[in-house]
Amino acid sequence: MTATTDTEPAVWPDQLFDVLKRADIRQVGYVPDAGHSRLIARCKADSEIHDVVLTTEEEGVALAAGAWLGGQRSALLMQSSGVGNCVNMLSLIRACRFPMLMLVTMRGEWQEFNPWQVPMGSIVEPTLKLCDTHVAKVERPEQVVPAVQNAVQLAFGDDRAAAVILSQKLIGAKVWVK
Amino acid sequence: MMFERRAAMATLLADRPNNLFVVPGLGSCTWDAFAAGDDDRNFYLWGAMGGAAMIGLGLALAQPKLRVAVITGDGEMLMGLGSLATIGVQQPNNLSIVVFDNGFYGETGMQASHTQSGVDLVDVARGCGIPRVLDIADDAGLRELAELLASAEGPLFARVPITPDEPPRVLPEKDGVAIKERVRRAVEKAEQL
Repeated sequence: MTATTDTEPAVWPDQLFDVLKRADIRQVGYVPDAGHSRLIARCKADSEIHDVVLTTEEEGVALAAGAWLGGQRSALLMQSSGVGNCVNMLSLIRACRFPMLMLVTMRGEWQEFNPWQVPMGSIVEPTLKLCDTHVAKVERPEQVVPAVQNAVQLAFGDDRAAAVILSQKLIGAKVWVK
Repeated sequence: MMFERRAAMATLLADRPNNLFVVPGLGSCTWDAFAAGDDDRNFYLWGAMGGAAMIGLGLALAQPKLRVAVITGDGEMLMGLGSLATIGVQQPNNLSIVVFDNGFYGETGMQASHTQSGVDLVDVARGCGIPRVLDIADDAGLRELAELLASAEGPLFARVPITPDEPPRVLPEKDGVAIKERVRRAVEKAEQL
Protein backbone atom coordinates (compact mmCIF):
# COMPACT_ATOMS: atom_id res chain seq x y z
CA MET A 1 0.00 0.00 0.00
CA THR A 2 1.20 3.46 -0.80
CA ALA A 3 -0.25 6.83 -0.06
CA THR A 4 0.67 10.45 -0.17
CA THR A 5 0.24 12.57 2.89
CA ASP A 6 -0.41 16.26 3.00
CA THR A 7 0.17 18.14 6.20
CA GLU A 8 -2.22 20.79 4.90
CA PRO A 9 -4.19 20.83 1.65
CA ALA A 10 -2.38 22.72 -1.07
CA VAL A 11 -4.31 25.45 -2.85
CA TRP A 12 -2.27 25.47 -6.06
CA PRO A 13 -4.07 22.50 -7.68
CA ASP A 14 -7.37 24.40 -7.47
CA GLN A 15 -5.70 27.56 -8.75
CA LEU A 16 -4.24 25.54 -11.60
CA PHE A 17 -7.69 24.18 -12.42
CA ASP A 18 -9.04 27.74 -12.53
CA VAL A 19 -6.32 28.69 -15.01
CA LEU A 20 -7.32 25.77 -17.24
CA LYS A 21 -10.98 26.81 -17.04
CA ARG A 22 -10.20 30.42 -17.90
CA ALA A 23 -8.17 29.15 -20.86
CA ASP A 24 -11.22 27.20 -22.07
CA ILE A 25 -9.49 23.82 -21.85
CA ARG A 26 -12.14 21.28 -22.87
CA GLN A 27 -10.24 18.00 -23.04
CA VAL A 28 -7.82 16.75 -20.40
CA GLY A 29 -5.82 13.60 -20.99
CA TYR A 30 -4.06 11.95 -18.07
CA VAL A 31 -2.56 8.79 -16.70
CA PRO A 32 -3.55 8.52 -13.03
CA ASP A 33 -0.96 10.32 -10.93
CA ALA A 34 -0.75 11.14 -7.23
CA GLY A 35 0.72 14.60 -7.83
CA HIS A 36 -2.16 15.55 -10.13
CA SER A 37 -4.87 13.77 -8.13
CA ARG A 38 -6.67 16.92 -7.01
CA LEU A 39 -6.57 18.46 -10.49
CA ILE A 40 -7.77 15.22 -12.09
CA ALA A 41 -10.68 15.04 -9.63
CA ARG A 42 -11.67 18.64 -10.47
CA CYS A 43 -11.56 17.87 -14.21
CA LYS A 44 -13.66 14.73 -13.79
CA ALA A 45 -16.26 16.68 -11.82
CA ASP A 46 -16.57 19.36 -14.51
CA SER A 47 -19.21 18.58 -17.12
CA GLU A 48 -17.62 20.91 -19.67
CA ILE A 49 -14.34 19.00 -19.65
CA HIS A 50 -13.83 15.65 -21.35
CA ASP A 51 -11.58 13.81 -18.92
CA VAL A 52 -9.76 11.13 -20.89
CA VAL A 53 -7.92 8.51 -18.90
CA LEU A 54 -5.06 7.15 -21.01
CA THR A 55 -3.11 3.91 -21.00
CA THR A 56 0.09 5.76 -21.86
CA GLU A 57 0.94 9.44 -22.12
CA GLU A 58 1.68 9.44 -25.85
CA GLU A 59 -2.02 8.83 -26.42
CA GLY A 60 -2.60 12.25 -24.89
CA VAL A 61 -0.36 13.93 -27.45
CA ALA A 62 -2.39 12.46 -30.31
CA LEU A 63 -5.60 13.32 -28.44
CA ALA A 64 -4.52 16.96 -28.23
CA ALA A 65 -3.96 17.05 -32.00
CA GLY A 66 -7.42 15.65 -32.68
CA ALA A 67 -9.03 18.00 -30.18
CA TRP A 68 -7.42 20.97 -31.89
CA LEU A 69 -8.63 19.82 -35.32
CA GLY A 70 -12.09 19.84 -33.76
CA GLY A 71 -11.63 23.34 -32.34
CA GLN A 72 -11.11 22.40 -28.70
CA ARG A 73 -8.18 23.19 -26.44
CA SER A 74 -6.71 20.41 -24.36
CA ALA A 75 -4.11 19.74 -21.71
CA LEU A 76 -2.04 16.66 -20.92
CA LEU A 77 -1.29 15.84 -17.30
CA MET A 78 1.52 13.45 -16.52
CA GLN A 79 4.26 12.35 -14.21
CA SER A 80 7.89 12.79 -15.19
CA SER A 81 8.14 9.19 -16.40
CA GLY A 82 5.39 9.96 -18.92
CA VAL A 83 7.58 12.47 -20.71
CA GLY A 84 9.70 9.62 -21.99
CA ASN A 85 6.59 7.91 -23.33
CA CYS A 86 5.68 10.98 -25.40
CA VAL A 87 8.89 11.56 -27.32
CA ASN A 88 8.09 10.25 -30.78
CA MET A 89 4.47 11.39 -30.73
CA LEU A 90 5.63 14.95 -30.07
CA SER A 91 6.85 14.86 -33.68
CA LEU A 92 3.19 15.28 -34.61
CA ILE A 93 3.03 18.51 -32.61
CA ARG A 94 6.16 19.94 -34.19
CA ALA A 95 5.44 18.78 -37.76
CA CYS A 96 1.94 20.28 -37.74
CA ARG A 97 2.47 23.06 -35.18
CA PHE A 98 -0.34 21.93 -32.92
CA PRO A 99 -0.75 23.69 -29.58
CA MET A 100 0.30 21.25 -26.83
CA LEU A 101 0.00 22.12 -23.16
CA MET A 102 1.67 19.70 -20.74
CA LEU A 103 1.72 19.76 -16.96
CA VAL A 104 4.37 17.46 -15.53
CA THR A 105 4.68 16.41 -11.89
CA MET A 106 8.18 15.41 -10.92
CA ARG A 107 9.47 12.21 -9.40
CA GLY A 108 13.03 11.19 -8.81
CA GLU A 109 14.51 14.58 -8.02
CA TRP A 110 14.05 15.36 -4.32
CA GLN A 111 13.62 13.06 -1.32
CA GLU A 112 12.79 10.24 -3.71
CA PHE A 113 12.29 6.88 -2.06
CA ASN A 114 12.29 4.89 -5.28
CA PRO A 115 15.60 5.01 -7.16
CA TRP A 116 13.95 3.65 -10.31
CA GLN A 117 12.26 7.04 -10.72
CA VAL A 118 15.60 8.81 -10.97
CA PRO A 119 16.78 7.88 -14.50
CA MET A 120 13.79 9.45 -16.30
CA GLY A 121 13.24 12.12 -13.67
CA SER A 122 16.78 13.40 -14.19
CA ILE A 123 16.33 13.97 -17.94
CA VAL A 124 12.81 15.41 -18.15
CA GLU A 125 13.86 18.98 -18.85
CA PRO A 126 16.46 18.28 -21.57
CA THR A 127 14.17 15.68 -23.15
CA LEU A 128 11.32 18.15 -23.46
CA LYS A 129 13.66 20.81 -24.82
CA LEU A 130 15.02 18.39 -27.42
CA CYS A 131 11.39 17.86 -28.46
CA ASP A 132 11.06 21.60 -29.14
CA THR A 133 8.95 22.15 -26.03
CA HIS A 134 9.15 25.34 -24.02
CA VAL A 135 9.82 24.42 -20.40
CA ALA A 136 9.16 26.30 -17.17
CA LYS A 137 9.88 24.76 -13.81
CA VAL A 138 8.13 25.78 -10.60
CA GLU A 139 9.14 24.99 -7.04
CA ARG A 140 6.93 27.32 -5.02
CA PRO A 141 3.12 27.48 -4.90
CA GLU A 142 2.95 31.14 -5.91
CA GLN A 143 4.84 30.35 -9.13
CA VAL A 144 2.23 27.88 -10.39
CA VAL A 145 -0.42 30.24 -11.75
CA PRO A 146 1.87 32.61 -13.66
CA ALA A 147 3.87 29.71 -15.09
CA VAL A 148 0.78 27.88 -16.34
CA GLN A 149 -0.78 31.08 -17.67
CA ASN A 150 2.41 31.71 -19.60
CA ALA A 151 2.46 28.13 -20.94
CA VAL A 152 -1.16 28.53 -22.09
CA GLN A 153 -0.20 31.67 -23.97
CA LEU A 154 2.85 30.00 -25.53
CA ALA A 155 0.97 26.86 -26.54
CA PHE A 156 -2.18 28.42 -27.96
CA GLY A 157 -0.73 31.75 -29.02
CA ASP A 158 2.33 30.40 -30.75
CA ASP A 159 0.99 26.97 -31.83
CA ARG A 160 3.69 24.96 -30.11
CA ALA A 161 4.41 22.65 -27.20
CA ALA A 162 4.80 24.20 -23.76
CA ALA A 163 5.30 22.35 -20.50
CA VAL A 164 5.24 23.34 -16.86
CA ILE A 165 7.26 21.10 -14.58
CA LEU A 166 5.88 20.93 -11.06
CA SER A 167 8.81 20.02 -8.86
CA GLN A 168 8.80 17.39 -6.16
CA LYS A 169 9.47 20.13 -3.61
CA LEU A 170 6.15 21.68 -4.56
CA ILE A 171 4.19 18.45 -4.57
CA GLY A 172 5.80 16.89 -1.54
CA ALA A 173 7.76 13.68 -1.51
CA LYS A 174 5.78 10.49 -1.91
CA VAL A 175 5.39 8.84 1.48
CA TRP A 176 5.28 5.05 1.55
CA VAL A 177 3.20 3.54 4.31
CA LYS A 178 2.16 0.01 5.14
CA MET B 1 -12.49 -13.07 -48.77
CA MET B 2 -9.72 -10.53 -48.95
CA PHE B 3 -10.15 -7.09 -50.45
CA GLU B 4 -7.86 -5.05 -52.65
CA ARG B 5 -6.95 -2.06 -50.48
CA ARG B 6 -7.52 0.75 -52.97
CA ALA B 7 -10.89 -0.65 -54.02
CA ALA B 8 -11.89 -1.15 -50.38
CA MET B 9 -11.00 2.46 -49.51
CA ALA B 10 -12.89 3.69 -52.57
CA THR B 11 -15.98 1.74 -51.51
CA LEU B 12 -15.83 3.09 -47.95
CA LEU B 13 -15.54 6.71 -49.10
CA ALA B 14 -17.62 6.63 -52.30
CA ASP B 15 -20.83 8.11 -50.89
CA ARG B 16 -19.21 9.94 -48.05
CA PRO B 17 -21.56 12.34 -46.26
CA ASN B 18 -20.51 15.96 -45.78
CA ASN B 19 -19.86 15.47 -42.09
CA LEU B 20 -17.54 12.45 -42.34
CA PHE B 21 -13.92 13.21 -41.44
CA VAL B 22 -11.22 10.62 -42.06
CA VAL B 23 -7.94 10.04 -40.24
CA PRO B 24 -5.93 7.64 -42.38
CA GLY B 25 -2.99 5.95 -40.67
CA LEU B 26 0.50 6.71 -41.90
CA GLY B 27 1.80 5.01 -45.01
CA SER B 28 -0.45 2.94 -47.19
CA CYS B 29 -3.77 4.07 -45.70
CA THR B 30 -2.84 7.71 -46.29
CA TRP B 31 -1.94 6.88 -49.91
CA ASP B 32 -5.20 4.92 -50.26
CA ALA B 33 -7.32 7.77 -48.92
CA PHE B 34 -5.65 10.27 -51.24
CA ALA B 35 -6.07 7.89 -54.18
CA ALA B 36 -9.79 7.66 -53.42
CA GLY B 37 -10.00 11.43 -53.98
CA ASP B 38 -8.24 14.29 -52.24
CA ASP B 39 -10.51 15.84 -49.66
CA ASP B 40 -10.30 18.71 -47.15
CA ARG B 41 -11.78 16.36 -44.55
CA ASN B 42 -8.81 13.95 -44.63
CA PHE B 43 -6.16 14.41 -41.95
CA TYR B 44 -3.35 12.67 -43.81
CA LEU B 45 -0.75 11.20 -41.50
CA TRP B 46 2.88 10.94 -42.54
CA GLY B 47 4.02 9.89 -39.08
CA ALA B 48 2.64 9.62 -35.52
CA MET B 49 2.57 5.83 -35.74
CA GLY B 50 0.20 4.47 -33.10
CA GLY B 51 -1.62 7.78 -32.80
CA ALA B 52 -4.32 7.63 -35.47
CA ALA B 53 -7.10 6.28 -33.23
CA MET B 54 -6.39 8.89 -30.54
CA ILE B 55 -6.39 11.73 -33.06
CA GLY B 56 -9.78 10.42 -34.14
CA LEU B 57 -10.95 10.34 -30.52
CA GLY B 58 -9.92 13.94 -29.87
CA LEU B 59 -11.77 15.11 -32.96
CA ALA B 60 -14.83 12.98 -32.22
CA LEU B 61 -15.09 14.31 -28.64
CA ALA B 62 -14.65 17.90 -29.81
CA GLN B 63 -17.28 17.61 -32.56
CA PRO B 64 -20.05 15.22 -31.51
CA LYS B 65 -22.19 16.14 -34.52
CA LEU B 66 -19.49 15.17 -36.98
CA ARG B 67 -18.60 11.60 -37.92
CA VAL B 68 -15.00 10.46 -37.60
CA ALA B 69 -13.49 7.39 -39.26
CA VAL B 70 -9.95 6.32 -38.46
CA ILE B 71 -8.80 4.01 -41.25
CA THR B 72 -5.43 2.50 -40.49
CA GLY B 73 -3.23 -0.54 -40.93
CA ASP B 74 -2.69 -3.50 -38.63
CA GLY B 75 0.86 -2.41 -37.77
CA GLU B 76 -0.23 1.12 -36.88
CA MET B 77 -3.09 -0.20 -34.75
CA LEU B 78 -0.78 -2.63 -32.96
CA MET B 79 1.48 0.25 -31.93
CA GLY B 80 -1.48 2.05 -30.36
CA LEU B 81 -3.37 -0.93 -28.98
CA GLY B 82 -3.94 0.83 -25.66
CA SER B 83 -5.95 3.50 -27.44
CA LEU B 84 -8.69 0.92 -28.01
CA ALA B 85 -8.98 0.60 -24.23
CA THR B 86 -9.09 4.39 -23.91
CA ILE B 87 -11.83 4.58 -26.57
CA GLY B 88 -13.67 1.78 -24.78
CA VAL B 89 -13.81 3.97 -21.68
CA GLN B 90 -14.92 7.09 -23.57
CA GLN B 91 -17.57 5.39 -25.76
CA PRO B 92 -17.78 8.18 -28.36
CA ASN B 93 -20.95 7.84 -30.39
CA ASN B 94 -19.46 9.17 -33.59
CA LEU B 95 -16.14 7.34 -33.94
CA SER B 96 -15.29 4.34 -36.10
CA ILE B 97 -11.95 2.56 -36.22
CA VAL B 98 -11.33 0.55 -39.38
CA VAL B 99 -8.21 -1.59 -39.69
CA PHE B 100 -6.98 -2.68 -43.10
CA ASP B 101 -5.34 -5.92 -42.04
CA ASN B 102 -2.91 -7.59 -44.41
CA GLY B 103 -0.66 -9.08 -41.76
CA PHE B 104 2.37 -7.14 -42.99
CA TYR B 105 4.32 -3.96 -42.34
CA GLY B 106 4.06 -2.61 -45.88
CA GLU B 107 6.17 0.54 -45.70
CA THR B 108 9.23 -1.20 -44.29
CA GLY B 109 9.46 -4.09 -46.72
CA MET B 110 6.54 -6.39 -45.97
CA GLN B 111 7.70 -7.98 -42.72
CA ALA B 112 5.07 -10.09 -40.97
CA SER B 113 2.90 -8.37 -38.35
CA HIS B 114 1.51 -9.97 -35.20
CA THR B 115 -1.88 -10.53 -36.84
CA GLN B 116 -0.31 -13.30 -38.92
CA SER B 117 0.52 -15.17 -35.74
CA GLY B 118 -2.87 -15.34 -34.13
CA VAL B 119 -3.35 -11.84 -32.72
CA ASP B 120 -6.98 -11.01 -33.46
CA LEU B 121 -7.67 -7.27 -33.48
CA VAL B 122 -11.43 -7.86 -33.54
CA ASP B 123 -11.16 -9.79 -30.27
CA VAL B 124 -8.94 -7.06 -28.82
CA ALA B 125 -11.50 -4.39 -29.71
CA ARG B 126 -14.31 -6.45 -28.24
CA GLY B 127 -12.30 -7.01 -25.08
CA CYS B 128 -11.73 -3.26 -24.80
CA GLY B 129 -15.46 -2.66 -24.64
CA ILE B 130 -16.06 -1.40 -28.18
CA PRO B 131 -19.77 -2.27 -28.47
CA ARG B 132 -19.93 -2.95 -32.18
CA VAL B 133 -17.15 -5.01 -33.75
CA LEU B 134 -17.20 -6.31 -37.29
CA ASP B 135 -14.98 -8.67 -39.23
CA ILE B 136 -15.80 -7.80 -42.82
CA ALA B 137 -16.16 -10.91 -44.96
CA ASP B 138 -17.73 -9.90 -48.28
CA ASP B 139 -18.69 -7.01 -50.55
CA ALA B 140 -22.09 -6.62 -48.92
CA GLY B 141 -20.36 -6.32 -45.54
CA LEU B 142 -18.01 -3.67 -46.88
CA ARG B 143 -20.90 -1.66 -48.31
CA GLU B 144 -22.71 -1.96 -44.99
CA LEU B 145 -19.58 -0.70 -43.23
CA ALA B 146 -19.54 2.35 -45.52
CA GLU B 147 -23.07 3.14 -44.35
CA LEU B 148 -22.18 2.54 -40.72
CA LEU B 149 -19.30 5.04 -40.90
CA ALA B 150 -21.99 7.65 -41.50
CA SER B 151 -24.59 6.39 -39.07
CA ALA B 152 -23.43 3.88 -36.45
CA GLU B 153 -24.30 4.71 -32.85
CA GLY B 154 -21.46 4.21 -30.46
CA PRO B 155 -17.87 3.43 -31.24
CA LEU B 156 -17.41 0.84 -33.93
CA PHE B 157 -14.42 -1.30 -34.81
CA ALA B 158 -14.10 -3.12 -38.10
CA ARG B 159 -11.37 -5.30 -39.52
CA VAL B 160 -11.13 -5.35 -43.29
CA PRO B 161 -8.88 -8.17 -44.49
CA ILE B 162 -6.86 -6.95 -47.46
CA THR B 163 -4.45 -8.61 -49.86
CA PRO B 164 -0.79 -7.87 -49.21
CA ASP B 165 -0.24 -6.06 -52.48
CA GLU B 166 1.44 -2.69 -52.79
CA PRO B 167 -0.30 -0.41 -55.28
CA PRO B 168 1.71 2.51 -56.67
CA ARG B 169 2.25 5.27 -54.14
CA VAL B 170 0.25 8.41 -54.66
CA LEU B 171 1.33 11.09 -52.27
CA PRO B 172 -0.84 13.85 -50.80
CA GLU B 173 0.28 17.15 -49.29
CA LYS B 174 3.23 16.59 -46.98
CA ASP B 175 3.32 19.89 -45.08
CA GLY B 176 1.79 19.12 -41.68
CA VAL B 177 0.79 22.71 -41.01
CA ALA B 178 -1.05 22.91 -44.35
CA ILE B 179 -2.82 19.58 -43.71
CA LYS B 180 -3.84 20.69 -40.22
CA GLU B 181 -5.13 24.09 -41.31
CA ARG B 182 -7.10 22.59 -44.16
CA VAL B 183 -8.85 20.05 -41.93
CA ARG B 184 -9.58 22.67 -39.27
CA ARG B 185 -11.21 24.96 -41.83
CA ALA B 186 -13.24 22.00 -43.11
CA VAL B 187 -14.41 21.31 -39.54
CA GLU B 188 -15.48 24.94 -39.14
CA LYS B 189 -17.38 24.71 -42.42
CA ALA B 190 -19.02 21.41 -41.47
CA GLU B 191 -20.09 22.86 -38.11
CA GLN B 192 -22.27 25.34 -39.99
CA LEU B 193 -24.08 22.71 -42.07
